[in-house]
Amino acid sequence: MSVKLLLRHPLISSLPIALVVIWAIGIFASGAQSVFLWTDVLVYILVLTICVFALISSSREHLRDPWRQIVQHKLGMLSLVVLLVYVLIGLLDSVHFRLPLVVENATAEQKTVHEGEVLSVLDLLVTPIRIQEEKTYSAPFATHLHTTETIERPDGSRERTYPRLEYGGAHLENPRTDKYSDIAMNSVLGVLVGLIIWSAIVLMVLFILAMQKQANVSAIAKMILSGSSLVPWRLILATVGFMCLLLGLMIILGPKYHILGTDKVGQDVLFQSLKSIRTGLVIGTLSTLIMLPFAVLLGIMAGYFRGWMDDVIQYLYTTLNSIPGILLIAASVLMIQVYMANNPQMFESDAERADARLFFLCVILGITSWTGLCRLLRGEALKIRTVDFVQASQAFGVSNFKIIWRHIQPNVMHIILIAVVLDFSGLVLAEAVLSYIGVGVDPTMHSWGNMINGARLEMARDPIVWWSLLAAFIFMFALVLAANLFSDAVRDAFDPRLRKQ
Amino acid sequence: MLNYILRRVFYAIPILIGVNLITFLLFFVVNTPDDMARMHLGVKHVTPESVEQWKDERGYNKPLAFNAEAAGLEKVTDTIFYQNSVNLFAFEFGRSDAGRDIGYDISQRMWPSLILAIPIFVIGLLSNITFALIVAFFRSSYIDVWGVVLCVVLMSISGMFYIIGGQFLIGKVLHLVPISGFDMANTFKFAVLPVLIGVVSGIGTGTRWYRTIFLEEIEKDYVRTARAKGLPESLVLFKHVLKNGMIPILTGAVVVLPLLFMGSLILESFFGIPGLGSYTIDAIGSQDFAIVRSMVFLGSVLYIVGLILTDISYTIVDPRIRLQ
Amino acid sequence: MTDVLLEVKNLNTWFDSRAGRANVVDDVSFSIRRGETFALLGESGCGKSMTALSIMQLLPNQAANNMSGEVLLEGQDLLQLPEVAMRTVRGNRIAMIFQEPMTSLNPVLTVGVQIGEVLTKHKGLKGAASKARIIELLEAVGIPDPTQRIDEYPHQLSGGMKQRIMIAIALAGDPDLLIADEPTTALDVTIQAQVLDLLRKLQKETGMAVLMITHDLAVVSEMVDRVGVMYAGQIVEMASRDDFFNEPQHPYSQKLFDAIPSMGKRDEALAIIPGTVPDLAQEFHQCRFADRCQFSWDTCQQQVPRWISGNDSRGVRCHLYDSTIENKSRVAEKVELISTSSSNTGEELLTVSNLKVHFPIHKGLLKRVAGYVYAVDDVSLRVNRGQTLALVGESGCGKTTLGKGIIQLVKPTDGSVLFNGADLTQLSQNELRSRRKDFQIIFQDPYSSMNPRMMVGDIIEEGMIAQGIGDSAEARRVIVDELLQQVGLRPEHRNRYPHEFSGGQRQRICVARALAVNPKIIVCDEPTSALDVSVQAQILNLLKDLQKQYQLAFLFITHNISVVAYLADDVAVMYLGRIVERGSVQEVLENAKHPYTQALLSAVPTIDKESKQEILRLEGDPPSPINPPNGCHFHPRCPKAINECRSEYPKSRTISSTHEVSCHLY
Repeated sequence: MSVKLLLRHPLISSLPIALVVIWAIGIFASGAQSVFLWTDVLVYILVLTICVFALISSSREHLRDPWRQIVQHKLGMLSLVVLLVYVLIGLLDSVHFRLPLVVENATAEQKTVHEGEVLSVLDLLVTPIRIQEEKTYSAPFATHLHTTETIERPDGSRERTYPRLEYGGAHLENPRTDKYSDIAMNSVLGVLVGLIIWSAIVLMVLFILAMQKQANVSAIAKMILSGSSLVPWRLILATVGFMCLLLGLMIILGPKYHILGTDKVGQDVLFQSLKSIRTGLVIGTLSTLIMLPFAVLLGIMAGYFRGWMDDVIQYLYTTLNSIPGILLIAASVLMIQVYMANNPQMFESDAERADARLFFLCVILGITSWTGLCRLLRGEALKIRTVDFVQASQAFGVSNFKIIWRHIQPNVMHIILIAVVLDFSGLVLAEAVLSYIGVGVDPTMHSWGNMINGARLEMARDPIVWWSLLAAFIFMFALVLAANLFSDAVRDAFDPRLRKQ
Repeated sequence: MLNYILRRVFYAIPILIGVNLITFLLFFVVNTPDDMARMHLGVKHVTPESVEQWKDERGYNKPLAFNAEAAGLEKVTDTIFYQNSVNLFAFEFGRSDAGRDIGYDISQRMWPSLILAIPIFVIGLLSNITFALIVAFFRSSYIDVWGVVLCVVLMSISGMFYIIGGQFLIGKVLHLVPISGFDMANTFKFAVLPVLIGVVSGIGTGTRWYRTIFLEEIEKDYVRTARAKGLPESLVLFKHVLKNGMIPILTGAVVVLPLLFMGSLILESFFGIPGLGSYTIDAIGSQDFAIVRSMVFLGSVLYIVGLILTDISYTIVDPRIRLQ
Repeated sequence: MTDVLLEVKNLNTWFDSRAGRANVVDDVSFSIRRGETFALLGESGCGKSMTALSIMQLLPNQAANNMSGEVLLEGQDLLQLPEVAMRTVRGNRIAMIFQEPMTSLNPVLTVGVQIGEVLTKHKGLKGAASKARIIELLEAVGIPDPTQRIDEYPHQLSGGMKQRIMIAIALAGDPDLLIADEPTTALDVTIQAQVLDLLRKLQKETGMAVLMITHDLAVVSEMVDRVGVMYAGQIVEMASRDDFFNEPQHPYSQKLFDAIPSMGKRDEALAIIPGTVPDLAQEFHQCRFADRCQFSWDTCQQQVPRWISGNDSRGVRCHLYDSTIENKSRVAEKVELISTSSSNTGEELLTVSNLKVHFPIHKGLLKRVAGYVYAVDDVSLRVNRGQTLALVGESGCGKTTLGKGIIQLVKPTDGSVLFNGADLTQLSQNELRSRRKDFQIIFQDPYSSMNPRMMVGDIIEEGMIAQGIGDSAEARRVIVDELLQQVGLRPEHRNRYPHEFSGGQRQRICVARALAVNPKIIVCDEPTSALDVSVQAQILNLLKDLQKQYQLAFLFITHNISVVAYLADDVAVMYLGRIVERGSVQEVLENAKHPYTQALLSAVPTIDKESKQEILRLEGDPPSPINPPNGCHFHPRCPKAINECRSEYPKSRTISSTHEVSCHLY
């Protein structure tokens, strides 16, 4: 009985995350020094907020019901799985530390010395592709550099050739003949690894479902296979399977080849793309997290109290709104840039400086984007304050604060939620544009915008260097598409006007 | 009507003052002119003299907002805030940090911007409305469902990939038009690709949005009345629904109309078109604060003009609304 | 039968949902003769509108093709027609007008264009010929200045005018049949009378048949030749008007009659229909009304009743009239009597003196005040403990604002509200807050008066917490449970959300919420106007019961005269922000003095035509409270206006010790 109850607990589904956390604690226990970047802290706050919100939702019918609808939405769940994979990678990349410097015969004093480089859990997980740097460009699965180099032969003659890569396909004796069969072999191996991981997940899901529904595993399996389960498990597991295959291929092929090639300084493009995920997610979520209190508080206050408060708040957002968004962002970022350049002593490391810039970018994006939601909420509060149930409360002498909390807030919650989800994809896309213009994240930070920016200059090269662009495109597109589809599902479920149909 | 417009212009003044205040805070208070001078001159070889000279050249050597040394009214007027704000209100943008006349640059560069922006706006609006009407006509059929999915897919592609993809495909592979560049004498050749890309990149968002508007209208009671008259579905859609749906669409589009002057930032920059968009980007790149400040102000003015135009356009397309 | 115009045979219309297939129109058959007026009568959700839309094939998208049966128009089956051919029927041979004239016209097209469309489509008229015909039509439906109105937009017209335009559109195709779907439900009584008169006149002139969809027995009584009563998707009774009103057969029809409040029923509880309409998404093996029927016996629960045809196209769907089934009906309970020993203690509870609520209209640069909406203008009235004062008036007359002004939900501009000796307008916010438990309000719309995100228990408790009633959560819970039972709900309903209840149940929850703080007076703002008549009866019974039990006073705001007759002790009639007549209910309803009161009363359609007093029809619409006419506000519409009326607002004149009227005639 108690086991079953335990299994029903939502924590069980986050078991893999828990394992990673334990492992991370293990790293710290072995002497690593934890580093809390500003955005890390905010990410933790965000995760906490979501947990609290989920807890509240599960106890409120009007919030639980739409989620039930989303869970049964096919496209919505497919995109949710994709989003969760991104989120998982992003979270792994949000636990930072400095590894202890390995010094032989270390004295007690030296033991406390740490490496300067700040690493994340993700960095450790993908160590091979992180450290295997080539000289410069190389195409996906290449064994030779993309550019020629002049090599001096032993006999003194000079020749321009494409030199072998230091890591990519280095294990091959004769790349020209062996490469493709080797890739095929390894791919098969990768698929197998992927299948094994997938099977483990499927079994776990089946087991948990069987426990929850108190049915035997084979019945559950049949139900899922026939696609008749209420939650579209068949589709979810298929998506998970696809992700597992990608993971398997990455595990096996990653250390041996540069799956997505290398960039100008020889860094693995796959590594860059994975690292960019956190940047995109942070900008997409934290900007909203920062603007939310402003928008909600000011919007509801303006609409509910009206009068001079309304005038002031309206003036505020009309003024902010009248400055073209991108210019306001550009101007703000430029100023932060100057400020940071003039105060270099504030930041201990490059990573922290880059992170601070990311943080400020989020703040700026937040400040420039709260006006839309604020105006929406003001309008809604204006409407709700005249509805009979608010008047009924006033007739009971309920205080304004309580009316806002008990009547206005729950009835605008869906607008807030929809706005948050809708804004996300726009912000991810904005990051790329801003980084391109030069007012986005720090140039040293991994981001899709920086990848595009760097690769764009090589457009004229012949043969063309296309893999950085393609990688950024695929990673961004998958995230934004998933977010858009998911936000559609959320809107369908939460918007009372759409629910009627 | 005239009365109303005058009033709206009057209302704009406090907003523009607010905008000026914000830019002033951003450009002169977060970082003092000294900071900017050090930044521009390079942090390493700054001497107090060169900083002073840099400030002097640009008129930044005055106090920020209050000049205690000056006499009478000049206490307020002989300051950076007053000098910068008042000049902007008179549309005198002064000189850029690099020493060029900003006003002249703007007057030269707005034409290429318009050559791109106007066709993108017009063709985009027309094509989005057309697609939205088609999708709405076939509502709740497969055309509708897949049309919406296609829109979401198109929406999910970053604008930069449309540009890069278009340049690669049409410019590099097919060699139909030059990849980038601009020539006032031969505008069509250089403008056709950016315009095409500008239109295509907006189709996803636009079509989906307008479809929602049309579907909302189709649900309304007057549509049922029109059907009860025996009107064919096409007439119901193109006369009754379109005319009502155009109200939010047109008025939504009018806001951006004046902003077309500002050009498209990335489009112009990718195609190397000497418009105001690339002007802004270059200014940001070279950290030319005078230009950025001018563009912020110009953008705000145009936005407010857009708001006024929106209100006026409401009275034209919606008989229910009259200005007073 | 050559004179049969439309014959509907076994019409079925259904919606498919997750719960299954719901037959919203179930095996409906009826016929309409040329020139005849036939009514489909029923309460909301009974399928009467769906029947009309099925005939027109204008069903909403989800059910667009879910129809079976036959709809024969002069022998031709409309359901077999392709959509293109159907378009030559719609608007041409069958025209339709709808309930909401406000939204049924296209807001961005002129009146002329919207009528002209029909002429172009069905009559081939264009240009000048079309224009001439449009003007003719506008004249026919009684629109003044048709040449000017032709270029106006719908928003420039009043509700009654818009409905006239809708009728003109319908007439444009010279239809054989006009389907009128609740054509006057959204209109005020005086306007309703105008529109009904117009429909009668036009029918006489054109000889078209009318299918009237309505829930209002009185409208049926005044307008139609034959009637079909619908319940849960089926026609349960069909009869000629006279037969139906002389002797309704189906128990449901009988209940509908008994549920109508009237002066004569003041001493008894109104008949109610217990329970709710069954969910249509099921297969029926019993009579649909069985669960709510006072006569039902086991056969009703086991067997679907068949259609029993009587003579002269009469018919009923009920086992009571089936000679093949043994009648084992229960004997109907007698109506319960309420002692109305009117608890008039004469003790004054609320005195309103010269109350004014003016809303300023801001204009111009600095939002200076350019004028006022005189929503409530110099109103005085009093309510005694345990008594009901009915406030009667048409929409926009300021009666709701007056109600809110009295309980200080709207800040009055001037005047005083003496309640229990204290002037509410002079109290500070805190003093007022602590007194709020004494005066409560019940709103018109039970759907918007409860927060959809809160549970019923929390909704009722909210006021108790704010007013400090009940020391602990446990104590409050006990009170909530008691209250729920008192209004006819169950304690376990505490943990449900408002959307799980029907309109009538919600209104009862609202009553419980108001009662929770033990008020002395409740302002009832049209609490039954959004409800069906059988549900209205439940609420009225409940209110009457509670009044007796707790010595409650009611300020009952309504436009429904029969409710006034049933419930009120005193009546005040309001027109354009002012009270024009007040007195006891007998004095005002039976001996009305003010021409407006007289017109209002004579505009109300009644079931028994004979008892009608002198008919007094009002022209035009009420003027705007922004700019009320000089002199007596009513004089532009008053058929009895004399010269003085144009110059001076009449003082209040005393007819009897309790009866006062503001009119120069007295």
